[in-house]
Amino acid sequence: MAFNYDQYLRLEKMPTLWCWGCGDGVILKSFIRAVDKLGISQDDMCVVSGIGCSGRFSSYVDFNTVHTTHGRTVAYATGIKLANPDKHVVCVAGDGDALAIGGNHTIHGCRRNIDITMIVIQNFIYGLTNSQTSPTTPQGMWTVTQKAGNIDPTFDGCELAIAAGASFVGRENVTAPKKLEKLFVQALEHKGFAYVEALSNCHINLGRKNKMNSAMANLDWIDSITVSKRKYDAMTEEEQLNLLPTGILKQDTVVREYCDMYQDIIDVHQGKRGKITQDDFVKKI
Amino acid sequence: MATREVISTGNELSAIAAVDAGCTFFGGYPLTPSSEVMHVVSDLLPKVGGTSIQMEDEIAGICCVIGAAMSGVRALTATSGPGMSLKAENLGLAQMAEVPLVCVNVMRGGPSTGLPTRVSQGDIKQASNPSHGDYRSITLCAGSLAECYTETVRAFNLADRFMQPVIVLLDETIGHMHGKADLPTVEDVKAGIVPRKTFDGPADEYHPYECGPTEPATLNPMFEGYRYHYTGLHHDKNGFPTEEIETCRKLIQRLEDKVMAHQDEIELNEEFMCDDLTGEDGEVLIIAYGSVSLAAKEAIRHLRADGIKAGLFRPITIWPSPAKRIKEMTDKIKNVLCVELNIRQYTEEIERASSRLDIEGLYKVNGRPISPNEIVSKVKEVF
Repeated sequence: MAFNYDQYLRLEKMPTLWCWGCGDGVILKSFIRAVDKLGISQDDMCVVSGIGCSGRFSSYVDFNTVHTTHGRTVAYATGIKLANPDKHVVCVAGDGDALAIGGNHTIHGCRRNIDITMIVIQNFIYGLTNSQTSPTTPQGMWTVTQKAGNIDPTFDGCELAIAAGASFVGRENVTAPKKLEKLFVQALEHKGFAYVEALSNCHINLGRKNKMNSAMANLDWIDSITVSKRKYDAMTEEEQLNLLPTGILKQDTVVREYCDMYQDIIDVHQGKRGKITQDDFVKKI
Repeated sequence: MATREVISTGNELSAIAAVDAGCTFFGGYPLTPSSEVMHVVSDLLPKVGGTSIQMEDEIAGICCVIGAAMSGVRALTATSGPGMSLKAENLGLAQMAEVPLVCVNVMRGGPSTGLPTRVSQGDIKQASNPSHGDYRSITLCAGSLAECYTETVRAFNLADRFMQPVIVLLDETIGHMHGKADLPTVEDVKAGIVPRKTFDGPADEYHPYECGPTEPATLNPMFEGYRYHYTGLHHDKNGFPTEEIETCRKLIQRLEDKVMAHQDEIELNEEFMCDDLTGEDGEVLIIAYGSVSLAAKEAIRHLRADGIKAGLFRPITIWPSPAKRIKEMTDKIKNVLCVELNIRQYTEEIERASSRLDIEGLYKVNGRPISPNEIVSKVKEVF
């Protein structure tokens, strides 16, 4: 029987504001299936979104939901999580949220390894506001702010998250919704900061001026630049050029989660343990 | 009411007050001269099972506080002028989404990096509208060590009553002043806590933003079965974005009216040695707030010793301003002197409220406090 999404949707908000053929709906459905698979109560989850097309995500799903200012999802989520360590807190951000205006919060959310699942809907462009350059827009593509062609170097959010200390990092593509669902399940199950990049299409505001004038053409291009991590790892550096690996890119289940560590601080102040020292940490520098 | 005597600093008293008032969350970023607030809560909050976190920047500081407050707890941040500027956008979201929190601003010299370790009252105007758009700020200003405590407590109760951020202004002098303060007992503070209103009917009958035209939203804590939506966009009765003309108008009008219709619950002034001012020639009314009011009180004692009948009007609730009382006082007394550590920031509000353009002023913007002697000399010079 086909999966029934109704329980998790705010049906009165349907249809979504997303354009016909947009991959964001695939991400939303994959996320809902993942939550359902894990049996997480809707009351026990908070979904925090930012600004942009992805920002609307939180208003469509029937959880405790917050639509924040541009780029600040992780900062809001950090407060919600620390005040409610036993609840599930999920951020849904766009590439502009996560990697431009809110880059600092992404870095430090990863560094703290606080138990937040951060889903970054990465469509390589500022879609909602009509095709301005994103930090992830490929060099040489057309944008309204760089009509002669984008010269700004791109950057890879997953590599950033790995370097900054996120204990779970993964990437999937909306053309593989089952894999996306599985990745969401793994990210939600993971205790620690989980950075998940979901590659999505924007044939309207990226595709039209970049020879991908349909959802299919845009999705074909995303397919052409993604390859599973297993295959990617077997490639030479030359072959890896201009490809993005998909699947789980990092998973560290040993490193401690932030709320868990904060409990140590509470215990120190309540006289339940001695002061925290360098000896409590394996990697301290 | 029983009191207790403590020896402490303004910043420390503000931090202690927050915890006594039931605050369990602090998020912020170090900023001179406010950092001691964070130093103190970082010890006190874990003791009571709460959380204090030093975030990566000022913006993250206010955002995590809003997040925690949305989830239902009492939450605090502390900063100074540069941090207020950075927090402004998200304070606007808290106004729009009606999220109660307390933001302590220990004022230092500005603009920009200004005079980090020196005193100023340069953020008075900013406090009235830190973010863009229409809303009414509630801003309290402590004029003594004891008030660093009592106004912080009052700020938490007002935040929950009116469901919005409340700014507590200290200044560097009062924040770092070390001395004796008579405080209410913790039991009295706890007994005075009025938690935010909640809805306990069936979830499908819950409409968080459906309320009377002069009432705040009723925002239940998260994770308790009442699922709704927070947004900085114009929103409907359930918190969902809308551009419906009447809904938008009513929402913004309500943000204004929920404060202005209840000013009697918010306004607090001190009138020092004003009882015998009858309006006869030669009497002087000094208007000052914050640490400057301490110098003004001393000046008034000197002036009276010299035969000049002077009194102090001190707004403790700075915004919304006590316009009606200012009008009454300035109608009665001809000689009015405003003393501020800025250039005319509150004087302009006094001019507006009094409909007078002959208010005298003593202003200082070099990072140094105003002494009682300077006020005495100014009074003798201009009146």
